[in-house]
Amino acid sequence: MSQMVNIIVTVNGEKRHVSVTPGLSVLNMLRDNLDLTGAKLVCGEGECGACTVIVDGVSVNSCLMYAVELDGREVTTVEGLQSSEKLDPVQQAFVDKGAIQCGYCTPGMVMQTTHLLSKNGKPNDEEIRRGLEGNVCRCTGYTKIIEAVNQAAEG
Amino acid sequence: MSEAIEKTTLIGKSITKPDAPDKSNGRTRYINDMVLPRMLIGKIKRSDRAHAKVLSIDTSKAAAVPGIQAIVTADDTPMVGVGVTKDNPPLKKDIVLSMRDELVAVAGETEEAVDKALALIEIEYEDLPAIFDPAEALEEGAHQMHDDKPGNLSLGYQTVHGDIKQAEKDSDHVLDEVYDVHYVTHVCMGPGCVIADFDTHGKLTMYTQTQYPYNYKMDLAPSLGMHPGDIRVIQPPVGGAFGSKLDVYPFEPIAVFLAKKTRRPVKVIFSREEEFSASPTRQPARFHIRAGVKNDGTLTFRDVDALLNNGSHTSWGATTPFVMMRTFTGHFRVPDVEFRSRAAYTNMPYAGSFRGYGNVQATYVTATVMDKLAEAVNMDPISFRLMNAQKAGEITPQNSKLEECLLGECIETVAEKTNFLEQYNAFKAEQDSPGRYKKGIGIATSFHNAGGAKIHKSDGCGTVIMLDDYARATVITGASEIGQGIDAVLTQIVAEELGIPTENITLVNNDSAIGPWDVGVHASRTTFIAGNSAKRAARKARDQILDAAAQRSNVAADDLDLRGGSVVQNDNGVPVMKIDSLLRKMHFAGEDAELVITHDYYEPPSEPEGDNHVGDISAAYSHGAYVAEVTVDTWTGVVKLNKMTAVQDVGRVVNKLGIEGQMEGGIAFGIGYGLTEEMIIEGGEIKNPNFRDYKVMTAPEAPELEFHFIENDDPDGPFGAKGIAELPTIIPAPAIANAVYNAIGIRFNNPPLTPEKVARAIVDKQAAKVAAE
Repeated sequence: MSQMVNIIVTVNGEKRHVSVTPGLSVLNMLRDNLDLTGAKLVCGEGECGACTVIVDGVSVNSCLMYAVELDGREVTTVEGLQSSEKLDPVQQAFVDKGAIQCGYCTPGMVMQTTHLLSKNGKPNDEEIRRGLEGNVCRCTGYTKIIEAVNQAAEG
Repeated sequence: MSEAIEKTTLIGKSITKPDAPDKSNGRTRYINDMVLPRMLIGKIKRSDRAHAKVLSIDTSKAAAVPGIQAIVTADDTPMVGVGVTKDNPPLKKDIVLSMRDELVAVAGETEEAVDKALALIEIEYEDLPAIFDPAEALEEGAHQMHDDKPGNLSLGYQTVHGDIKQAEKDSDHVLDEVYDVHYVTHVCMGPGCVIADFDTHGKLTMYTQTQYPYNYKMDLAPSLGMHPGDIRVIQPPVGGAFGSKLDVYPFEPIAVFLAKKTRRPVKVIFSREEEFSASPTRQPARFHIRAGVKNDGTLTFRDVDALLNNGSHTSWGATTPFVMMRTFTGHFRVPDVEFRSRAAYTNMPYAGSFRGYGNVQATYVTATVMDKLAEAVNMDPISFRLMNAQKAGEITPQNSKLEECLLGECIETVAEKTNFLEQYNAFKAEQDSPGRYKKGIGIATSFHNAGGAKIHKSDGCGTVIMLDDYARATVITGASEIGQGIDAVLTQIVAEELGIPTENITLVNNDSAIGPWDVGVHASRTTFIAGNSAKRAARKARDQILDAAAQRSNVAADDLDLRGGSVVQNDNGVPVMKIDSLLRKMHFAGEDAELVITHDYYEPPSEPEGDNHVGDISAAYSHGAYVAEVTVDTWTGVVKLNKMTAVQDVGRVVNKLGIEGQMEGGIAFGIGYGLTEEMIIEGGEIKNPNFRDYKVMTAPEAPELEFHFIENDDPDGPFGAKGIAELPTIIPAPAIANAVYNAIGIRFNNPPLTPEKVARAIVDKQAAKVAAE
């Protein structure tokens, strides 16, 4: 049994004490220890972006980051974006524009979009495409996702 | 209650998917996210040989790993196969026929324990000669894979119409070519997953990703030695399917074996590598086509031999000629046609069903052959196609009745919208002039069933509609939701009929113990079939409500309508009563009490194939014509798709947002097939089982898209709609290939057009030119 490490991490605004093994990924910690199953395990090697969360204001592939690295840091997941019962504007834009089919990539897309818009409030088409290039969607062909990012940027 | 309510329609409007909000904020519990109390994790030890005798399996060390609860091998199972021809026992005994073959399954308390146990399983093999090429597998004396399949022959198809020999004599030009189309796979974002759970009566609940829940029970039961009636299928949300969940695959009965042995729920979930290497592929094929034309441009004949690599076992891939042949015989007017196919067992992966189902392959051939034939008779690609396009009322040799044929209109529209001929001629003239970047434009067209396909005894779907005291409707449908958006379409159709808001409708379609039968999500059938069933069930509820309203007012039922939650007078929209209040009056009417609960089972007016594969298998057909505009970098071989213009016969748009999404997503699959996606398989082993080396499209490569939907109500479709989900997948690759030819004058009979392949062909062409000079 690996030795457990105790970390304190702020997840979606709430301080959490979590006991993790040194090899545990942020993704598995979120999903298995904290029941935050929004972020998805799709490839496990940082190629698809479905596990994207925001750590201290930067989007990361949570499958590639160790949970122990979170000690003292802040994580936002797709479950933490809403400040009220209403969907967050990025989430609402994905719904409105039909950018969600099977939805498995959506949490990662929403988080990456949130990150993109936090750095660049009015991205042009090229900046949106480049901003999302690490996130794979197999259903939509991206057209409606790009439209959703535009709506979120305008709103 | 006096304000008149205007008649409006939801049909053709954009409706967002009812499940989208929960998917947007992480609330949706996909099957992969599910954890049941006491649930174990199951994993599979697979063969690492393409073809070998299994001499021994030693699981003693694995069993000693703490937390391991069960280990099963073929000896613990009934050894009854799954798959289309039942040739695939879930766990293999004595012989392995491919790298993916399942040998041992382990269930344990944690993933770590199970991984550790898998690594400690010792298997001794004796290698046997492996065969990877289907032609080799059919040679005399080739090692036989299955005892009951002499000559390694799996499934074969043949359809013969007219006199090919005479037609060839009557032809001025005959094209004779071979095409090789490749392996691609679905790449569902949600990895394969199943949870098996027995109750104390011995009844089984399967939480599965299946897209055909009812026949799934029938197909699964024999491999378990169970009665199908003792299996309940629950379908939690899934991360994509695209045809990959239309059969029973070994991991599903394996989860059941483990659950049975441990008397605990067992979840089997694939890694991404397994998702690539142990899921079905699209069917690869080698086509030998001979096609004739007269100097005036009239098509004379098509003669096609298809050789399919069946792989080690049989799933739906081997049946894709069923669809291929409809295109070879029926796309454009060709009087004399023959199609023969053979699928040969090899030690390769096997193919399943995949959006487009054989038509992606067949259309790559027909659409590029049409271009070649046009060139042979010095006609342009548009006039040549228009001349040979069928008209409404024509019947194909296999008896597909083209009652509403809009092929010509699709071609004319797309040619006009893209200024096709002007661009085509300009780019053609530039082919051999200097310059690194060459532009090209290409057209391709397709033909596909759009009103289901009668390949089972029934192509039907059932619906139950219940209205409560508040005029909220529960719609229970057999149709599965796999991301495609049938939830929105059925909600829209029922809301339209009942005059209630879409948000007052709850759709239930994830439990085989509740929902009425449906054959499954395939063949672009769900909007058409489930849509008709929902519409008819809703119409019955509507009639019941209107009759009750007529009895309680002085207005005849025929003069009433349902709008905005009210019963209104049809002519002026003046409300007569609220629907919810009427429903309560009906419900609490003492001896005459009635609830509004209606049901319908819709069977489309299509027929199964008879002899020679003749039969009008679909209630509707659709054509499309797409144009690709590309830039070829002649230094690197990179083909950039700048724009795709798609003209599609859709009957009638039901959900605008949904149909656009299906088009955009389907085109992405088609682009991948044509340009970047390819499973690299060496010695039976998949060498690129990851997103790095298997290239699916990402946002920067998404081309500009322009759609034109041709709406001409189908007489049998719900509100005139046809099913189109597969169609956009079929056409892009050959449109791109034709555009590349227009740009650089090189044909590719072997997609995908990767930079390496294109660059090599350009170098070869230049070398040949230099040599000739």
